[in-house]
Amino acid sequence: MENKKESLFSARYLKQLTGPINAGNPVTVLVLGICPTLGVTVQLKPAIVMAISVLFVLTIANLLISLLRNTIPPRIRIIVQLTVIASLVILVDQVLKAYLFDVSKQLSVFVGLIITNCIIMGRLEAFALGNKPWPSILDGIGNAAGFGMIIIILAFVRELFGSGSVLGYPLFEKIGLYSVGYEDNGLMILPPMALIVVGIFIWIHRSFNKELVEEK
Amino acid sequence: MEDLVNIFVKAIFVDNMVFAFFLGMCSYLAVSKTVQTATGLGIAVIFVLGITVPVDYLMQNYLLKEGALVWLDPSLADVDLGFLSFIMFIAVIASMVQLVEMIVEKFAPALYTSLGIFLPLIAVNCAILGGSLFMQQREYNNIAEATVFGLGSGVGWFLAIIGIAAMREKIRYSNIPAPLRGLGITFILTGLMGIAFMSFMGIKL
Repeated sequence: MENKKESLFSARYLKQLTGPINAGNPVTVLVLGICPTLGVTVQLKPAIVMAISVLFVLTIANLLISLLRNTIPPRIRIIVQLTVIASLVILVDQVLKAYLFDVSKQLSVFVGLIITNCIIMGRLEAFALGNKPWPSILDGIGNAAGFGMIIIILAFVRELFGSGSVLGYPLFEKIGLYSVGYEDNGLMILPPMALIVVGIFIWIHRSFNKELVEEK
Repeated sequence: MEDLVNIFVKAIFVDNMVFAFFLGMCSYLAVSKTVQTATGLGIAVIFVLGITVPVDYLMQNYLLKEGALVWLDPSLADVDLGFLSFIMFIAVIASMVQLVEMIVEKFAPALYTSLGIFLPLIAVNCAILGGSLFMQQREYNNIAEATVFGLGSGVGWFLAIIGIAAMREKIRYSNIPAPLRGLGITFILTGLMGIAFMSFMGIKL
């Protein structure tokens, strides 16, 4: 019997990487990772840092749990998963405090809350516990990319329309929009607007992906 | 006493876990399809928050923060175990949730089956960990303040999920554009409720 080894970047594996960016998007489809999406998207810089942190934690946690999947007793698997995630987040938190202190202060409790980010627990339970290491790594990168894409676009919209700047650079001021009477949309900086903008993202997303529309 | 009432009311309305900080959104969105399941989950959250925040307060002040270990041995005055907070808090929360799960299974089996996976998922509900982290950040003066904050946060979350569940039950009969049905309109509704709750900002008792 022929035992064909699947190439590292076969079509099936690439699907793992690209799936979560569109039809399997963790935020707009699976309803995971909503808390940081709403909490850290006031400005673009904290959102980018959060996206990279989640990428790091999700990929490595997926890898570790996948490597350990045959040795974890089922009764304590939640505790093992939480321990792995918590240790990785402590690492991220210390690195952020050391090298990016101002962003760390802006993110405040949301760095710790990466531990309870449902995407990480969700993917560990749904995927890493039952799959090999390489697909788990790809799944981690894919989901983190899907999540990162949503929060970066949301943060860009909120910062641009809420304070007229991009990554701190006062764009609208420089191109002279204020002199023609344009005013910043103060509501964009406030948390409720994030929810409404994500609702609009979902509207747009599902208009293009008809199969995601819910039944009456 | 005034302080305690102030903290309690502030935690329910002004610093509402859902509308001011967006914590606990995943269970909030997933369990709010009917008012019955929402009530069950809300009460479980009040219970868990009301116990984990004071317990974590004790841990924070007698074990974790800088100089906390002085009661054990004066020479340990400059030991700062703050970096262990995440793991310690999560351990307390996970054990509490396991306890709540056992109690609910024994005394309310119907609720247990209707909540399904979301009862153990309270352990990763960001509102619970967030409650403890806020308590750590705000440095309350005594355990009474911490308990009242925990209970208030729980009641705030409970109010939020009951509200959205009631609304979702009603709009099932409305004409919503197809792509917005279900999840999309819930997000927009929650955003509008958030704007409404902003009217409580700046209230001082």
